[in-house]
Amino acid sequence: MLAPVLHILPLATIIRERTLPVAGKVNVHVNQRVNPTDVIAEASFAREHVLLDVGRTFGVSPAAADKLIRVQEGDRLKQGALVAEGRGMFPRAINAPRAGRVMLAGGGQVLMEVGDARVELRAGLPGVVTQVLPERGVVIRTAGALIQGVWGNGRIDNGLMVSVLEKPDDVLNEQRLDVSLRGSVILGGHVRDLETLKAAAELPVRGLILSSLLSPLMGAAFQMRYPIIVTDGFGAMPMNSAAFKLLTTNNKREVTVNAERFDRYSGNRPEVIIPLPVSTEPPEPNNFETFAVGQTVHLRHPPTAGMIGTLSNLPPGLSTLPSGIRVPAAEVKLENGETVLVPLVNLEVVG
Amino acid sequence: MPASLVQNESILAIDVGATTTRAVLFDVVEGQYRFVASGQAPSTAEAPFKDIGIGVREAILSLQKVTGATLLGAQDQNLIAPAQPDGSGVDAVVATLSAGPAVKTVVVGLLSDVSLQSARRLAESTYSRIVDTLDLSDHRRPDQQMDSILRSRPDLVVLAGGTDGGASRSIQKMLEAIGLACYLMPMEKRPMVLYAGNQKLANDVKELLGGHVGKLEITHNVRPSLETEDLEPGRHELALLMMKLRQRQIKGVEELNLWSAGNLLPTAYAQGRVIRFLSKLYESTRGLLSVNVGASATTVAAGFNGELTLGVYPQYALGENLYGLLQQTDIADIMRWMQLDISSNMLREYLFQKSLYPSSIPATKDEQALSQAIARQALYLAVHAAQKDFPAHARPARVGMMPPLDLILGGGGVISEQSSLGQSLLLLLDAIQPVGIMPILLDQNNLLPLLGVAASRSHYLPVQVIESGAFIGLGTVVSVIASANYGDQVLRARLAYADGTEARAEVKFGGLEILPLPSGQTGRLSLQPLRRSDAGLGPGRSGVVPVTGGALGVVIDARGRPLQIPSDPVRRRELMKRWSYTVGG
Repeated sequence: MLAPVLHILPLATIIRERTLPVAGKVNVHVNQRVNPTDVIAEASFAREHVLLDVGRTFGVSPAAADKLIRVQEGDRLKQGALVAEGRGMFPRAINAPRAGRVMLAGGGQVLMEVGDARVELRAGLPGVVTQVLPERGVVIRTAGALIQGVWGNGRIDNGLMVSVLEKPDDVLNEQRLDVSLRGSVILGGHVRDLETLKAAAELPVRGLILSSLLSPLMGAAFQMRYPIIVTDGFGAMPMNSAAFKLLTTNNKREVTVNAERFDRYSGNRPEVIIPLPVSTEPPEPNNFETFAVGQTVHLRHPPTAGMIGTLSNLPPGLSTLPSGIRVPAAEVKLENGETVLVPLVNLEVVG
Repeated sequence: MPASLVQNESILAIDVGATTTRAVLFDVVEGQYRFVASGQAPSTAEAPFKDIGIGVREAILSLQKVTGATLLGAQDQNLIAPAQPDGSGVDAVVATLSAGPAVKTVVVGLLSDVSLQSARRLAESTYSRIVDTLDLSDHRRPDQQMDSILRSRPDLVVLAGGTDGGASRSIQKMLEAIGLACYLMPMEKRPMVLYAGNQKLANDVKELLGGHVGKLEITHNVRPSLETEDLEPGRHELALLMMKLRQRQIKGVEELNLWSAGNLLPTAYAQGRVIRFLSKLYESTRGLLSVNVGASATTVAAGFNGELTLGVYPQYALGENLYGLLQQTDIADIMRWMQLDISSNMLREYLFQKSLYPSSIPATKDEQALSQAIARQALYLAVHAAQKDFPAHARPARVGMMPPLDLILGGGGVISEQSSLGQSLLLLLDAIQPVGIMPILLDQNNLLPLLGVAASRSHYLPVQVIESGAFIGLGTVVSVIASANYGDQVLRARLAYADGTEARAEVKFGGLEILPLPSGQTGRLSLQPLRRSDAGLGPGRSGVVPVTGGALGVVIDARGRPLQIPSDPVRRRELMKRWSYTVGG
């Protein structure tokens, strides 16, 4: 059976596509080396539109109104600029209510886009641009450690990672966030109160890497202006041992925290990238495997959620679970020596 | 039915769900279509695969293992069709699809309680999530409506409004706002539009929207007059449009459509189609109800004299949107179904964790209890939502209760994968809370939608497969409505078996009683209500009814309608455990 893969890799070639939400301008070229905070593409888009009904305002037909319109598609107008002018001894005028650009003029109406918003796309990771996607973004290649998580609050930043995590089930609280951590990416554990998230914002930090979060804090986590990545899930869950070992052994390194939301259709998921110097390019990770004995697997459902083990047996056919359900399952030897029967759909291969 | 009426055609039916893909083989045995076997594999619409074709082939390989038949080419993994003289391959393919994110939909109508409601019902007949609505009572300026549409980035717009030959100016204004919004979207993101309004405006719609939308389809008016609603042509057109949308969104859908020669339909539509067909065929005087609790939606299809009510509710799905269930219901309303002493925090975390991994399944008894409680509430909400749209002649005698039904059919992973058939039955009884006397069937292999789409190849197939016993009869349920106190006797029941023996039950209010009657057997059930209770024959009315057997037999549900669940958690859990024990634990 095909197996999804959770990437927790000490060294891999990492290729990431970074794109704007709307068409814009790409600022970099192929083979250019970029840093995480470099603005690699930018775009502006209208937040709102204004429809001016010239015909209705002047009480004339659309065809007659078209003759009164004084602007053309593409014109940039200042606030108060003349849009249309009536006829007669005391002609009335329609002026632009706000500064903006004419999108359409015709049929007795003028449509303007107003309230320009600018969006800047940062590289998010250090690396080399391998492809430019015209008007959309780029593909960046780098080498380093890669740790994927399960949830992110949609933000991205980079900085020096400082671990306050001594064991996988540590709780990160307000008291552990002292001023020496200002400007760092903090490797913490489980967060169970809002005060901790607020204290991290006040320092401020450049990111939080957490094992788990209480689900009622999800809304507040979205509001935080720094990235938050959860490696294992919701509730009081320890960090899986593979992520814990890899992250703690890279303490005090520069990391990129891309806390983008887990999108199961695009495959984008929150991740920590730790750029590392390499002499030869490491392999690209596989995105899926076939379940096989000997694989390291991540258990993703209670009561063993977050645990790492070794797939020790793949019984043929269906197995009966303690819940009474019969499904394809595997025997997994956990790190504590215990062997458990786990449905295949509750497993992902670590690699 | 004479064998000559059935084409000797093997049919491979494929259902691509959000988490599981199934391949099912139907073939002709002794002149009748039969369900032969099924294979399954995880669905692959999502990353890292992003191609449903991988899961489809895996499911077919799994089917090959079960049947020993060769359906895929060894080298190219392409389907062998038609069937070859050596026995490999199949003659035809049909398919259903529910995988894919909920379709963001804008619903437009004229009057909020007339055409807008019809447009909403039409949109809810597929996997849509309504992100905005426009109607005459909308006080936003056209440019504000336009910006709202742009922000919501819909995949689909369902437009209704105006009786045939009626008002046109107001619709034209709304069309302008929609047309402008679509014009401002990048070409590849423009929504598909289904127009089901005043037919006099069809040409105007083509002119105003035709060049600016992803695809425009014009169908019959869903509200040809104020008094008439006609959803069926719109449902069909919407189903076809959905499949075009999925071809644009998901790799592999186009190939599946080619394999099936265009016989690819949304799973929910196919489920509705077969229910409508069966309701006509069996001249069901009351109604047929089919429910399916899945990862992409909970679907309720009810047929009353050939008239279909179809509700597809992604908001009550058990997949990636599961955490959104808490926006639809209070956590206490899920907790009321818990058989074990589990905290609401644990339930909350379970909901979120399950949202992260929608395909995961409960491995322990605690998890199973959580999963069952969530499924009960999701189905309860979906049935109540659908019930509001049941036709007027199918309204129940008492507000808030189900109308009497002739048959209930349950399907979907969470129902069919219960640890016992009794648990499947109890879940359906708790969530639907039916009234009257009816058999309940379990669609353990999720065949119903596939029968709906296979009907395109052969009208005989659904009937012959159903009559061959492809569904599991859980039992005949008798629901007792009574005004009584817990423990009061409300019914005397006597079941006379074909061999002359009999079984009796003294039924007390608040309890479940079972009179064994194995599958394939029939009996005569005498019902004598006490305290003017109603056992499906009318208040206080006694009678004898023929009943069919099932895995559980005859199940008399005297727990009250609506179901009386104690507010005290200890008492409640005790009662739930007792009910669970009664149906076999």
